[in-house]
Order: sequence, then C-alpha cells, then structure tokens
Amino acid sequence: MSKYETVIGLEVHVELATKTKIFCSCPTEFGKAPNTNICPVCLGLPGTLPVLNKKAVEYAIKAALALNCSIGSYTKFDRKNYFYPDLPKAYQISQFDRPLASGGYLEIEAEGKKKRIGINRVHMEEDAGKLVHAESGAYSLADYNRAGVPLIEIVSEPDISSPAEAKAYLEKLRSIMLYAGVSDVKMEEGSLRCDANISLRPAGSSKLGTKVEIKNMNSFKAVQSALEYEVRRQAAELDAGGEIIQETRRWDENSGKTYSMRSKEEAEDYRYFPDPDLLPLQIEKEWVEEIRQSLPEMPDSRRKRYMEDYNLSAYDAEVITATKSMADFFEATLQEYNDAKAVANWLMGDISRQLNAEGVEIDRTKLTPSHLAELLKLQDKGTISGKIAKTVFREMFASGKMPAQIVEEKGLVQISDEGAIAAIVEQVIAENPGPVSDYRSGKEKALGYLVGQVMKLSKGKANPQLANKLLREKLK
Amino acid sequence: MGITSEEIVRIAEQIKLELTENEIKEFAEHLQVMLQYTEKIRSAVTENVSPAAYLSSEKNVFQEDKPRPCLPREAALAHAPEVEDGMFRVPSVIE
Amino acid sequence: MLEQLTVAAALEKLANREISARELTEAVLTRIDDVDKSVRAYITVTGERALQAAEKIDEKRAKGENTGPLAGVPVALKDNICTGGVLTSCASKMLANFIPPYDATVALLLQEAGAILVGKTNLDEFAMGSSTESSAFFTSRNPWDLTRVPGGSSGGSAAAVAADETLFSLGTDTGGSIRQPAAFCGIVGLKPTYGRVSRFGVVALASSLDHVGPLTKDVRDCALIMNVIAGHDKNDSTSAELAAPDYTSFLGREIKGLRIGVPVEYFNADIEDGVKKAVRKAIDVFVSLGAEAEEISLPHTQYALPAFYILAAAEASSNLARYDGVQYGLHMAAANLDDFYKKNRSEGFGSEVKRRIIFGTYILSSGNYDHYYLKAMKVRTLVKEDFERAFAGYDLILTPAAPTTAFKAGSVEDRLQMYFNDSCTVAANLAGLPAISLPCGFADGLPVGLQLIGKPFAEGTVLQAAYAYEQNSGLPKSKPAVKEAGGALHE
Repeated sequence: MSKYETVIGLEVHVELATKTKIFCSCPTEFGKAPNTNICPVCLGLPGTLPVLNKKAVEYAIKAALALNCSIGSYTKFDRKNYFYPDLPKAYQISQFDRPLASGGYLEIEAEGKKKRIGINRVHMEEDAGKLVHAESGAYSLADYNRAGVPLIEIVSEPDISSPAEAKAYLEKLRSIMLYAGVSDVKMEEGSLRCDANISLRPAGSSKLGTKVEIKNMNSFKAVQSALEYEVRRQAAELDAGGEIIQETRRWDENSGKTYSMRSKEEAEDYRYFPDPDLLPLQIEKEWVEEIRQSLPEMPDSRRKRYMEDYNLSAYDAEVITATKSMADFFEATLQEYNDAKAVANWLMGDISRQLNAEGVEIDRTKLTPSHLAELLKLQDKGTISGKIAKTVFREMFASGKMPAQIVEEKGLVQISDEGAIAAIVEQVIAENPGPVSDYRSGKEKALGYLVGQVMKLSKGKANPQLANKLLREKLK
Repeated sequence: MGITSEEIVRIAEQIKLELTENEIKEFAEHLQVMLQYTEKIRSAVTENVSPAAYLSSEKNVFQEDKPRPCLPREAALAHAPEVEDGMFRVPSVIE
Repeated sequence: MLEQLTVAAALEKLANREISARELTEAVLTRIDDVDKSVRAYITVTGERALQAAEKIDEKRAKGENTGPLAGVPVALKDNICTGGVLTSCASKMLANFIPPYDATVALLLQEAGAILVGKTNLDEFAMGSSTESSAFFTSRNPWDLTRVPGGSSGGSAAAVAADETLFSLGTDTGGSIRQPAAFCGIVGLKPTYGRVSRFGVVALASSLDHVGPLTKDVRDCALIMNVIAGHDKNDSTSAELAAPDYTSFLGREIKGLRIGVPVEYFNADIEDGVKKAVRKAIDVFVSLGAEAEEISLPHTQYALPAFYILAAAEASSNLARYDGVQYGLHMAAANLDDFYKKNRSEGFGSEVKRRIIFGTYILSSGNYDHYYLKAMKVRTLVKEDFERAFAGYDLILTPAAPTTAFKAGSVEDRLQMYFNDSCTVAANLAGLPAISLPCGFADGLPVGLQLIGKPFAEGTVLQAAYAYEQNSGLPKSKPAVKEAGGALHE
C-alpha cells in the first residue's frame, strides 16, 4: 500500500472529422502541402469573420452524448487571447463559461476493476496551426493548414487514480469517439491530444494536493509513462519533506522525464470574453434527440450483448468491440455465417495479426464480411483444409478476390479421394524408413511427421483426416 | 488609487508592447483618467439587468460542411515578410 | 463640373449618354489632382484602375449590356475596407504595405453594381479617433476651412465627398465615425442598423459596435447607395436575414403625423450654442411639415459614452492582437519571438492605438472583467431599453449629430475632450439603431449636423424624414470653397 493516493484529471482534444473547418470552408484533410488548405478567414486576415460549421456542432453534440453528457440549451463562443505564431488571430475561438455539454461519464476497466470516470465538460474550439522547427534551432515555420480545424476538448473529473487507469480512460475514449463516428482519433496525426493534471495526497486524505500539468505526450503509452514518472517524482519530493509547485511540465520522450515549463505565477491571463462575431447557440431538444437517435450502439452495450447472445468470453467480446469497425464486421459476418465463435477466432487471430502488421482498420481493407463467411463455409464443407484456408485468407486479403474463386484458380480443393491419397501415402512410407520404424516401435509422435509429409507432397490439399486414417491402416 | 508604471508594463507585456519611459508615464496617466471617467457607470442600477453581449436577436447562424476553393498559397504568402518552404518564418519558438 | 454631380444626377446623365463613365471618372480624378494636396482626403488614388473600369462600363453600355445600378459612378472607400489588390492600410504603419487578397462584401457589391473605385480615404489609425489626427500618415482637412479637421474617423471619406473628390464614399461608424465627420463636412452620413450592411472585409475595431455606411451629397444618394450595400451576407454571422426594401421608395412621402422625440439629454451644456440653435430651427421645419416633436428623456444617456469606451477598447484590444508581423505588415529584425512581437507591435502602432488597447486589456483582465466589462454590457442593455421605451411612442429621435462644429487641427489636446466628440452618436451604436446625420445649417460659417435615429431596420423612415427636411429646410445649397489661407481657390 502506497503512502500516497494519485489524483489525475485528463484534458483531451479530439479533432472532429468534418469535411471543412469550423469557421470557414477550407478542407480539413491531413497531410497536404503546407499552407494550401487556407483562406482569408482561417488566416485571420484583417476584416474576415467566422461562420460556424453546422456539422461541427452536430459532431460535438454526438460526441458529448456518447460520453453521457447533458447538452446545454444555451451555449456561446468566447475568445481566448494569447500570442503564439500558430494562432493567426492571436486569439483562439473557444468556449469559456457556457460549454456545449457537461456532466457525463465513461466506464473503464483497469487492473481488474471496473470504474466510472466523470466528464466535467465538453466544449468546442478551433485548432491552431502547426509549427515546424528549423534544425539549426534559429527559427520556426508556420503552416496554417490545421488552423481552424474543429476540436472538442473533453475535460475529465479528477477521478482517475493511476497511470494505468489514465491509459484505460484514453483507450475507452478513443473507442467511443470511433463508435460515434465523429473523429478518426489518431494520436500520431494529432487528431487526439492529451494533457494531464496530476497530484498526490496522503492516502485517506480528502484534500487535494497541489496539481501539476503535464504536456507533450504523443501516445497513450507516453501518457502512462509520463504519469508514472510524475508519481515517482512527486512522491520523492514529498518524502523528502518538499513541496509540490503548481506548474506546467513538459514530457520528454527521449529522457523519460518531465521538465518544468512555467509556474503558476507566469500563467497567462487569457482575458476571455464573448466573441461578438459569432451569435450564441440555442440548442433545441429536438435536434439533440435527432442526434441521439443517430448514435450507434456503444461498445459497452455491444460487449454485453455479444457475451449474452453469442456466448463469447469476456475477453473475446472486449477485443471484438474495441473498435467499431471490427464489431460491425463481426455482426455483418454473422448475417451470412452463424458460428460466432469461429468468426471471433478468425477476427482475433489471422485477421488481427494482418491488420496490426499493416497498421490499418478492417474497414480500410479489401476484406469484407462476405469473404470471411464464404471462407468459413468452404472449410465446413471440407472443400479446403484449415491450413489451405490460411493460404486463401492471405490471398483474399491482398487481392480482394472471393475465396471460392481463389480455391478454383489455384486448384486448392482438398483431395478427399482415397485412391489419390493412398498413392501419396505409399510414397511417404517408402521414402521415410526411419519414422516408419519409429512409429511401428510405438512412437505415436512419428505419425504426425508422416501426415505432415503427406500434406507437403499434396501441397496441402490432402484431407488430413483421410491421410491419418490411411497411414494407420498401411502401417498396421 | 493610481495606476503604477509596473502595472502599465505588465499590461503592455500581455499585448506585446514595449513602451518608452515617456509612454509608460503617459499611458499610466491616461489609464487613470479613463478608469476614473468610466467609474461613472457604477451608479447605473443594473440589478436584474442582463448583459447585452449581442445586438442581434438571431441565433444558430450556420454554414454547411461543404468545401470551397482555398486561397492559392502564392497569394497567402505574397506579402509575408519571410517565407521558407511555403511557410511563414518566425523566430524560434523553442527557447 | 461633372464632379459636382450627385449620384442620382450622374446616373441620369450616364443613362441618357450625355456623359460617359470615363468623362465622369476623369473629372473626379482631375478634381483630386487639383484639391487633394489641400484636403488630403486620400491615402491611395486608383486612377489607372478607375479609368480602365470606367471604359469597360462605357463599352458595356454601348453594347446595350446590363451595367448595374451604379454603373460608372466614382466611389471612395475608407482605407479600412478591404479591396483586393489595392492597399488597405487602416492609416497605420502596421499595415502600410498590406494588400488584401480579397474584397470586402461592400466593395464587391459596389463593384458588381458598376461603381468605380477612385481611391482609399484617410482615417484615424484603425478608426480610433474623431479627427483623422491619429492617422499614421497625415491629417485630412475640412474643405470648409482647411485649418480645421474634417472629423473622424471617416474624415477622409467625408472630406472627399464635401470637396467633390468623389461622388460618394463609404465609411465605418463605431461610435459616430460616419455621422460626426458628415456633420463637420456638411454632407449626409448614414449608420445603418447593426446587421443591415455586411461587415465582412471591413477591418474590425470593435465588432459589436462597428457599422458600415454611405457618405453622400444628399439624402437621395444615400438611399441609392443603401439599395446596393444593404442585405444579408452569409459571410457575416451578425448579418440580418431580412430582405432590404427599395429605400428610394420612402423619399417624397409625407411626414405629417410622424412622431419625433427630442431627448433633453442631448441639449445640455456640453453642446455648443450654435449647434443647438441650428438643430432647434430644424425641429421647427419638421413641425411645419406636420410632424409632431416632443421633448422626451433617455435617462441612461449619461452612461452611454463611458460604457461605449469600455466595450470598444476591450474588443479592440483583442481585434488588434492579430497584427504581429508574421503573415503581413510591419516586420522588424528581432533576437527572439518575444522581441519580434514587441518590436513589430510597438513600432507599428501609434499612441492612440496603444492607449486604447492598454485600457481594453486592463478591462478584460481577470479580476476587472465583472467590474467594467460585464457592467458595461448591462449598461448597454439599459441604453437599448431607453430607446425601446421611446420608440413605443415615437417614430424617430432627433438630436445634434455632434456637440460642436469642426475644430482646429491640433486644438484638442485632452484625450477625454476628444472622446466627447462621440457623445451624441455612441448611443445608436450601443443599441445598433439606424441613424443619419444631415446638414441643418451653419454656425459661424461651419456646417452643423442633425441626427435622426430610427427603430431597428427602419432606415426607410429615417430617410423619408431626412429627405422631407432636406427638401424643405430652405438652406442654401452651398459648397465649400476649399481655400488655403491666403492662397488660391480650388474651384
């Protein structure tokens, strides 16, 4: 039992997957040449004015509903004033005292325990541009393609009590955003970014300790590592009788440490005030309900259903529902093929391995539920062996051809003709006197080797059960 | 009460102005005058009066999520003081 | 003397082919050549461009093509209205080389209507002032007396119209910046209802108070220009989704029975006697035309100016933060980022701008917000409610447009005294109401302006009453001499 309790709150920024920016009509596409997705409005040129993208509000409401928040009926935009070269107007249009949504939660499971983490608020704002730093360190370069991309900031309650819980929270949040279909939440492309507030307090105390804000964590792993480092650092400081300073610290991935950026005294006064260029929003209940209806079933509910309806294990259900695309694939496959366990095994086995290797989501591949269903049917009918099925899978994953066609083109139909297999069996016995005598002297394992040789000679097409049976008969 | 030079310098720092000694003195005096003058509104009775942050009574002004052509990069960069690789060059943001 | 024509008269001659757009444009450019060294209304004159545009209009007209309601009419725009490819400096060193890659909606509407841009006019830096004296480049002069200011901040726009250096112009009005210079220069200036004319492309001073409107030689011209620039703009969220009427249709209607409120607060000791006298005489004209004029009270008037300065400074401190030298504008060599920002901004902004954004920053600082900003927004509600109550019983409110006539350049050293110039006009900005300034005679040889304030979106009624007055005031149709002290007449 540690002397201290850890208290963590996370501020997560998620880029919304609208086609255009939040206050102008520039595309939001990632990875374009610098300063090509820009216009006078997102450059903040003198005289330009913002007009709110309706889809951005819709997505923000959708995300907030998926996080069980209540949507404010009156919300407005405020200016957050500060100077930085990635901020063209020297203020960010954000929301201050009237956020879009508040009072939500999500459920996590970490270190074997289920827990509910409160969401304090969800608000909308515009993203800033990107700064590229010259290698010499002499100057920086500003690219405003990202300036004005719609963001939501999701602020958790300080309910998270360990770095592992923080990671679980982020994974769950990511999954929910994907389910809601409001963002592609890719941390490596910056469409999900996370800052953390962390403090320690003596175990059992109800008073919060001094909090430290951690920035610059670029992966879920980094969030966990940075928080673990910070727990150690703060505990050591407190153990030594020191005090924690309220400050902002920067995580450095290379050294695995956090470094002080600025103290509270230097903290900026953002001089928030309502942006007079944007009118307030009156969010009608009907609109919220319409959006609520459009929300797909969330992962928690699906997981429960898979365990109850399809008898999947908790683990299997968790893995399958981790992403919406995987869960959708699972359900669509079951429309055509009704052995849920077999489908789950494929999804968690060969398919996941292939997806991980290529770093893609299942809905971005040529593989469709019909492919998998047909493959499983071919296997059930004995047209192909399990081994051949793996070969067919690799081919259909790469080319998108249907499995039956691949089997036909490549002549992979299983040989179930006893005469044909018997000939191969004769050959194998003749060519492998050693294993043959081993088997005959009672070494059962040698049979496996001999079956393998039959499969090899038949290029995997021999029906393995038949090969097994014929070998036993011949060697009797 | 009075506005000190330090206060003026602190405010100027927030909006990135570097003031001369004369300006500091002059602006401190001016700010003092303005604060005194505007103090007049304290006597207006504003209990139960809602602030008029917006003149328009309209709400929910939106545009559709449809891309429109962007500004050509050359036009955006045409009057930029310093440009490199299609980007605006600024002093390093890394200390 | 084509430059002396009103827009309406010029349109008639153009339509009848009595004159060509090129001839008219040339006449105006020649006039600018002759007198602008004295008046100093223009920051930029777009002569070549204007002549080319005029020729195009003439060609189109010759072919019988549709040329637009203002085809061939020269216009000047205040230099805080963005014009694609033409310098838009805001009379600031900061933007001394800023050439926008886009047009303000009003600039585009005028262009589409066939108006010919002849130049960009001087103003107080970023429209902060009442005299053009805070322009980073030069002070414009009042054509009626070149030793006096034309008012501000749209001083260049007003002086250009008064001196026949354009047929009409556009200005902006945040606290009186169209109406006060119109009064000082003896012309007509209209600040429309907030949301009636698009602000898109008009460099912001205080977004909730900024308005764009015409400065013209007479009321009919004002209606003609409003017909082109009023309307909804999807690029401005605060633009009203309300169709604009034909404003000329209000001209010539009787004003018998029109109820005019005359607020006592606008006739106090701060208003010059000569101004009061001229305005009272104007009231008599309205009464003689059958209107009913009655004294009323707008009890929160005294709070309007201080509340205005709080709100305007706060918004300006944020609106002007974007001028940092990264994308455009002044760009000084600097050792580091902080130094870079400070050098550009300290060198680029003049004193008045610095004064106001320091005040605005103080206002918005945490700890001061409620005391000043929130309170000022509440006062704004009170001022609006004053008007709402008054308009329950009256169609129009009549006041002086400015507390004084044009003052001598350099004569007002006290800043607060300078701010009092806006005392008759700011309330209409706080409430977003349409308000016109029109000439109502002279005091000591200098023009006096009368202000008519209407209900929201009742520009038509404002123009109707202004036109009736103009047609029946019996004032001489005089023009300024544009005379240098001891020098030659520019006529």
